[in-house]
Amino acid sequence: MKLELSRVVQGGYRLGVLREIGRAATSSLEVPGCLLYTRCGTVPHLTQDTLHTLSPLPSVTQLTLSTVAEHQEVLEEYKDGFKKFAGLHDTVLYCSLHDPLTPRPAGHVTNKTVSVWGSGGRIELTVGRFMALQKALRPDLYQSMADGETWQGDAASRKRLRKSVDRTLAHLDECLLIHQQTAELQGAEVLGVVEGGDSLEERLRSARETAKRPVGGFCLDGFQTGSMDGPLRTQLISAVAGELPEDKPRLLQGVGRPDEVVACVEAGVDLFESFFPFQVTERGCALTFDLDLSLDPERAVLELGEELDETLQPERGRDAELEDGAETMTPFEMNLKDTKYRGDFRPLVEGCGCYCCTNHQRAYLHHLLVTKELLAGVLLMLHNTAQYTAFFRALRAALANDQLELFKTRVLRIKRVV
Amino acid sequence: MPSLKSLSAVSPLTLRIIAECPVTKARACDLKLPHSLVNTPVFMPVGTQGTLKGITSDQLEDLGCKICLGNTYHLGMRPGPALIEKANGLHGFMNWKRNLLTDSGGFQMVSLVELSEVTEEGVKFKSPYDGSEILLTPEKSIEIQNSLGSDIMMQLDDVVSSTVTGPRVEEAMHRSIRWLDRCIGANQNPEKQNLFAIIQGGLSADLRKTCLDEMTKRDVPGFAIGGLSGGEEKDDFWRMVTLSTDHLPRHKPRYLMGVGYAVDLVVCVALGCDMFDCVFPTRTARFGSALVPWGSLQVKQKQYAKDFQPIDPDCKCPTCKRHSRAYLHALFKNDTAAMHHITVHNISYQLTLMLSARQSIIDGRFPDFVKNFMRKMFPSSDQYPSWAVDALASVNIALDQH
Repeated sequence: MKLELSRVVQGGYRLGVLREIGRAATSSLEVPGCLLYTRCGTVPHLTQDTLHTLSPLPSVTQLTLSTVAEHQEVLEEYKDGFKKFAGLHDTVLYCSLHDPLTPRPAGHVTNKTVSVWGSGGRIELTVGRFMALQKALRPDLYQSMADGETWQGDAASRKRLRKSVDRTLAHLDECLLIHQQTAELQGAEVLGVVEGGDSLEERLRSARETAKRPVGGFCLDGFQTGSMDGPLRTQLISAVAGELPEDKPRLLQGVGRPDEVVACVEAGVDLFESFFPFQVTERGCALTFDLDLSLDPERAVLELGEELDETLQPERGRDAELEDGAETMTPFEMNLKDTKYRGDFRPLVEGCGCYCCTNHQRAYLHHLLVTKELLAGVLLMLHNTAQYTAFFRALRAALANDQLELFKTRVLRIKRVV
Repeated sequence: MPSLKSLSAVSPLTLRIIAECPVTKARACDLKLPHSLVNTPVFMPVGTQGTLKGITSDQLEDLGCKICLGNTYHLGMRPGPALIEKANGLHGFMNWKRNLLTDSGGFQMVSLVELSEVTEEGVKFKSPYDGSEILLTPEKSIEIQNSLGSDIMMQLDDVVSSTVTGPRVEEAMHRSIRWLDRCIGANQNPEKQNLFAIIQGGLSADLRKTCLDEMTKRDVPGFAIGGLSGGEEKDDFWRMVTLSTDHLPRHKPRYLMGVGYAVDLVVCVALGCDMFDCVFPTRTARFGSALVPWGSLQVKQKQYAKDFQPIDPDCKCPTCKRHSRAYLHALFKNDTAAMHHITVHNISYQLTLMLSARQSIIDGRFPDFVKNFMRKMFPSSDQYPSWAVDALASVNIALDQH
């Protein structure tokens, strides 16, 4: 695959297209962009019919070993690869190790193994087993096995971080070796994984060493939301990006919030996982982006000025706690369980165009959520996925038109839906 | 003087009999309702709370469904008739462009019997959500159904469980007649909404006959056979069904409520029923049970983990066209979409079964259809349920038995 960049800001964002992806080398994916998040090949809640009411869809589907490792035997007997097994047509398959939303208890990594958690519990993987899985899955792209267990719980010691970098490199080398010898994986590409936790030195070392290997791109691990604060993350990512070749894509794992996405794009990230729409769906919320930057210039200037007004901050939506207290929602969402939507017959977002907004109203979604009906998840997943991919489209357009600052103030500012 | 209404108004329901089986009592009809034509015999999926459990309106339409159910009791509580009326009725609220049938809330008297009390006035329910009391009268039920705007409304009937015996059954039957009249009087939309009567009388031929005689005197567009499909013996069940169809007018649709198992559907088509509803196919789907011509297939069972065929190789539903038992088995461990796949398949199975029955009636080969169906469903003829054998024999189908 080839990364064609139309714009590169040194030490900053990139804009372009990843081409000739996949074994058929026919797919492309615009960057910055997102993958299509699935569990065992299915976008949560959606059958293929409902999924394909969305257009365009990200051309790369993400599968995680968390949701398929337990089916290794079945896939080995099937012999035709995961895409066929799951009924996935016309898509590029990318396989990562961990599902970003599955909890990963710490303390289960060894020198030779990592673990994933499936529906039946923990599954321990050696590189051998990891590669046997890849052979059975036949993805178009996959990340190599990695020790990323450095970001949860207490801050990892320097020694631990060094170990994770060393192990990850060793795993990568072993993966690449087996990859060469595996007929079923010819034509597939491997992404090297950059580790190092919060240590600049380890991060740089990991990046430099990984870049020496014949990988198709890079996975940035250990930066998951909650692992470190935003500024440190972007600082480290920038530093890492400086060590990576310009012409290979960088995929960031575990970051999905729109504001964090933009910050990481500015630090040099190309691709993101799209689990965020699912998180929003599960809390009964709908994404509401106002992506239209084409308002009058006067207002635009005013807005740029307003951004810095700190007295407005408390009202400017930070995350809000949802009624049941179990969760917070981001400023980019509306909480459809709120009784104010009971008699609101407008679509979720005017002009959204997704199946949900074309066919249904806020009042109906509210009713489905109150009565705990399954259709709520289906409709919200469609809407949230549509909004999220539209967000990336608008971000790319803003980068192309030199409107990133306007994008940040307009889109990332708090938009409380009334 | 003839009522001007009946002379000049286009009836919101017309039934055209396309074919009648010369051997049995089965018929194939075209039922014209305000939102679309419905071919009978027909199975109507149940979307209790204004949604068909994870299936979108488009998916339901694509499966060929022309009529489905909503429930007055549930929708009357949440979100309530006033809101639904504002949303342009239940059609507008759930965005379903074809026909809707609403149950009156009567069945909940049985299913939620702990929470209800029946008097001549109506049924008093205690809300499970906030403990408050609601009185559902015939007038109230029709008022709610008028707001919902369904194409077919059911009268509020006094429903007793089919396992109840004694004077309560007779009381309920007579009250249902009185309530039918109250419902007819309360209907504000007779030009757009069809009110069906519900024949009660438990398992007593005499009571049923009385109810039939009385209710058929009322000029309602259709009749339902109620109070069955509970825990009663199948031997009693089919006799009440056939008694009812013997005495219901030929030119009006016969709706057998709560019947949905495949064998029951086929037998009751033979006995002269046109319309059916049941939560079973959609409910069982969510537990991973897929309906097939030879019974059912529990996709979650280990034996299907490596079974790479579709649920039914002959089925043309979206699930069977794209997915295997093995994939669905795996998916059940991961995502709700697995349930939706099976729900789609089960609805398809039920609708296709009725479509095949209809076509066989039109082609004059319904008895063969029944025999083939039974052969596929049961591994050997000594496993044919005796009630089904008797019921079919009563309409001149002799199932080959060893």
